[in-house]
Amino acid sequence: MITLSHYIVLGAVLFCIAVAGLFINRKNVIVLLMAIELMLLAVNTNFVAFSRFLGDVSGQVFVFFILTVAAAESAIGLAILVLLFRNRSTINIAEIDSMKG
Amino acid sequence: MIDPNLFQLVCFYAFSAVTVLAALSVILLRNSVHAVLALVLTFFSTACVWLLAEAEFLAIALIVVYVGAVMVLFLFVVMMLDIKQEQVREGFIRYLPVGLVVALVMLVEMLALIGVRAMHAVSMGADPAAAAGVSNTAWLGTALYTQYLLPFEVAALILTVGVIAAVALTLRHRTGSRHQSAGQQVGIDPSRRVRVVKMAAVRAEEPEAVQEETRT
Repeated sequence: MITLSHYIVLGAVLFCIAVAGLFINRKNVIVLLMAIELMLLAVNTNFVAFSRFLGDVSGQVFVFFILTVAAAESAIGLAILVLLFRNRSTINIAEIDSMKG
Repeated sequence: MIDPNLFQLVCFYAFSAVTVLAALSVILLRNSVHAVLALVLTFFSTACVWLLAEAEFLAIALIVVYVGAVMVLFLFVVMMLDIKQEQVREGFIRYLPVGLVVALVMLVEMLALIGVRAMHAVSMGADPAAAAGVSNTAWLGTALYTQYLLPFEVAALILTVGVIAAVALTLRHRTGSRHQSAGQQVGIDPSRRVRVVKMAAVRAEEPEAVQEETRT
């Protein structure tokens, strides 16, 4: 019998993998974007599970909106990435330091 | 005869294992194209997990929207950019310990929290959409078009802004290229282009000799 905990544990594991990915890949912006997608996927899994187990439709509606916003975010993120590569010829994070942050 | 609940549990573990392994390979693979393909597998197996939770519409939307559109966009960008693999993987070993420590500490904390809550475990009851007598899509759509109509329209607006922003960011104005300005063409005033001049009709005096020469 699948319980709520099964889904939440899966979401937690996915989220931690994404966090580890953010730490490990310090050179490649594309992998960072993909790690953010993984985080959103983990959150969405939790939303779906809670919606299913509490019998509330709001969770699934929120997943719908998160998917929408994540699609817009990745489109703009990739556009910025293309622009960055065109101007600097690199996507290495260590070299993107012109704002001296 | 196999118990349906047990079969469900076995399916859940299988799909979860594929999801976790694919997610691990997303962050560990050296080649960016392989990483994107691993992310496609992650999304696909997560959609299977969502199907087990009877969220059919969102599972199909995840495959259609994410695997079909967003991941193809990622693949386009990865293949368009010419990235040197060795340079990209520098510092991998250096950041590996801190990444592992942070991720493991987070995981243990979350699992401890979930473990506390799991003392009174909720097992999956009847499907709420089926209990209401409609399909999952109708259940979701009814809420989306009544209670959440304004957020739905705002989401559409966000997508439009996203499209315009992505086009505006990547549009390149080359210097020295020749192009026509549609605005100037449409906004032109005809009276400034063509001038109608009234004048009396005149006949030129043609010399006879020239005409004779052309005939012969």
